[in-house]
Amino acid sequence: MTSIDIIPDEPKPLVRFARMLWADKFALAAVLFLTLVLVLAVIGPTWLGEVAQKQNLRGRNAPPFEWERGWLWILGADALGRPLLARIVVATQNTMMVAGGAVFFSALIGTVLGLVAGYAGPRTGQAIMRLADVIMSFPSLLLAVVVLYILGPSILNLVIVLAITRIPVYLRTARAEVLEVRERMFVQAARVMGASPRRIVFRHILPVVLPTLMTIATLDFAFVMLAESSLSFLGIGIQPPEITWGLMISQGRQYLTTAWWLSFWPGLAIILTTLSLNLLSGWMRIALDPTQRWRLEMRGRRNG
Amino acid sequence: MAEPMLQVKNLSVEFHTAAGTVRAVKNVSFDLDRGETLAILGESGSGKSVSSSAIMDLIDMPPGRITSGQIIFEGRDLLKLSASERRKVNGHKIAMIFQDPLSHLNPVYTVGWQIVETMTAHGMSRPQARAEALRLLGRVGIPDPEGSMGKYPHQFSGGQRQRLMIAMALALKPDLLIADEPTTALDVTVQAEVLALLEELQQETGMGVLIITHDLGVVAEIADRVVVMNAGEVVETGDTRQVYRNPAHPYTRKLIGAAPGKGAMHDPLPSAEPVLSVRGARKVYGDFAAVEDVSFDLMAGETLAIVGESGSGKSTVAKMLLRLEEPTGGQALWKGQDLFAMPERQLFALRRDLQMVFQDPTQSLNPRMTVWQLITEGWVIHPGILPRSKWKARAAELLHQVGLKPEMAGRYPHQFSGGQRQRIAIARALALEPELIICDEAVSALDVSVQAQVIELLDGLRKSLGIAFIFIAHDLPVVRDFADHVMVMRKGRVVEAGTVRQIFDNPRQPYTQALLAAGLDPDPDVQAERRAARLAMAAG
Repeated sequence: MTSIDIIPDEPKPLVRFARMLWADKFALAAVLFLTLVLVLAVIGPTWLGEVAQKQNLRGRNAPPFEWERGWLWILGADALGRPLLARIVVATQNTMMVAGGAVFFSALIGTVLGLVAGYAGPRTGQAIMRLADVIMSFPSLLLAVVVLYILGPSILNLVIVLAITRIPVYLRTARAEVLEVRERMFVQAARVMGASPRRIVFRHILPVVLPTLMTIATLDFAFVMLAESSLSFLGIGIQPPEITWGLMISQGRQYLTTAWWLSFWPGLAIILTTLSLNLLSGWMRIALDPTQRWRLEMRGRRNG
Repeated sequence: MAEPMLQVKNLSVEFHTAAGTVRAVKNVSFDLDRGETLAILGESGSGKSVSSSAIMDLIDMPPGRITSGQIIFEGRDLLKLSASERRKVNGHKIAMIFQDPLSHLNPVYTVGWQIVETMTAHGMSRPQARAEALRLLGRVGIPDPEGSMGKYPHQFSGGQRQRLMIAMALALKPDLLIADEPTTALDVTVQAEVLALLEELQQETGMGVLIITHDLGVVAEIADRVVVMNAGEVVETGDTRQVYRNPAHPYTRKLIGAAPGKGAMHDPLPSAEPVLSVRGARKVYGDFAAVEDVSFDLMAGETLAIVGESGSGKSTVAKMLLRLEEPTGGQALWKGQDLFAMPERQLFALRRDLQMVFQDPTQSLNPRMTVWQLITEGWVIHPGILPRSKWKARAAELLHQVGLKPEMAGRYPHQFSGGQRQRIAIARALALEPELIICDEAVSALDVSVQAQVIELLDGLRKSLGIAFIFIAHDLPVVRDFADHVMVMRKGRVVEAGTVRQIFDNPRQPYTQALLAAGLDPDPDVQAERRAARLAMAAG
């Protein structure tokens, strides 16, 4: 047999994913928007840092869409006459660091603990679950207030506190899914083959559980941003002159009836970011699932 | 001659899927009269269920669409009726029973309530309906009808649930009963009882029965006439006996030829040393003994079949050997080492010697891994087997060995058919170069013709590679052509064990005899004889 050793190499995944992303225009827009957010998070403070802090009392609560002040004032100005657009751009960095950091760490720790709790023996599982119960039995805001009061407010402490309070969400979801997936036949097949528990958990179970967790994480993103703003409102979160989107919303609250744009624009930024993340996670759920992938590949072919 | 009760004429059904339009049923015609039993025989994907769903208006539209044809029932074209007229026909005149009764009975209502509900919904008064329900439960052979009225579906066994479904279907005295694979999920002995019940009821009520099945044995047992379907088309129609004796179409011939249990039986040599000897294996869950005192020997390169109905403990034995279940007691000596007492670390080295092929390849292959990843996973886990540079050549060879093409290595399991998937699972087991493969109902989920191919493949591997097999099945005929020794289990205990010839030609235990007698033979004449014998036995 001459044809016997032809096993084709797998197609380059990068090209494949790019094609699938092109097929889903919503996901593509989401990726572009998130890239913009990331770029602004990196360059924002050095680029517009000064403008965003400069007060201009003659332009207090300047309404949006007035071209004569220059493009930075296009979204209006806040109660101290600082341009909103510049402030949103500058706030991106802090917001992303707090929300991204908190979501990332809570998802990471929660998922790992959840996988262990689901796959390990009942004793370890019970111990981890009771830990989650302890965290959940405190109102998360109260816990944050107490901890931040003791440790003092800083971005790092804020991330730690928010991450800890959100761990149970991932932990419980991951554990529940693992308990179901571990009974599936292919996990048994892997055990028969002699696969180590670590291999089974990360290679066979995690890929099945991951899409659910990712969807939760994107939804949690918005929650964490708003939780951070309520902490800032209580005076234990990010403190002015540092700014975040959440803080901007709460600062604009007292002017809601007279100058809606103070809270509206940062709110829109939060919504668009969360929406983009959500669209992206929806796309990833399909793109990473071989049985679903054809939906994207088919569409790409028809469009191209 | 009068018009037959049901006429299906040139029925075509399409499904619009993302992969394009699928013509599930193409120009299918058949008819059925009162008091007659018609079987639609076909393998998965043949369109047999779609045809019957069209009669009951159960096709989801869209994506489905009936593109042509008529379904004439008692002189009216069902496809032209309005939805409310259709509802009067469904259930009232045409009733249906399904393969899996548990999922078609509502778990939160008592069965009595559900049967009464069917009748009151069609205008019967409650006390009258209750009396009728009681009568029906007694008629379909549910013990203690009065008490059973207040029980919930999960409190009944699989066979009893199917009887309940039949009772519900008969509640409105339908003229036509459609049975979609009514006995596929049942044990052989229960299957024979349910089919006998259907037949009796038909004689009593004179209804027409349309039975949809993949099993030639069911056709031989119950059907007067048979319609053979393949790939959405009717390939042959005729009298059951005639179709079996003189199949006209090549597909029918292939189907009949593939029926297991006709080849030569193996004659195992009295060999010397067993590779595996199990002594007094035991598994207890709480107070319930799933496996009690099971002992057997397995010689190198031989096939041992473990046969039993659901709940016999046959799968538990397999799982204990692989330590997927921790045994409660006993010994299993694999080349002198006790598998049951071995610590996990030592077991790891032995894992590659003992492999397993599972019942349903759809579930036993990780859907997110390619064929390549599936096959090579064993080599990743056991690095000693093969250097990485040789993986490609060996994987290609394995795929070739199980009858797949090496080009398919980049695909995912869902892109294959059921039989091909099972081949992938076998290739995966072979990759570890095992000495024993345990097949847990490895062919039960496959179509008959595919079943024959997979068994042939396994038997070939046994001969060429000298692998020993433990073959677990609920069905005796499958085992007949393939096994060297057979062990029959019931309720966790071994009923009888011996060479395949002893078991099939001279079964000693009544249970083995009953199991053999309950099996359905594809030959209508053989089946008629068996039925006569059974009736004579029942009459005393």
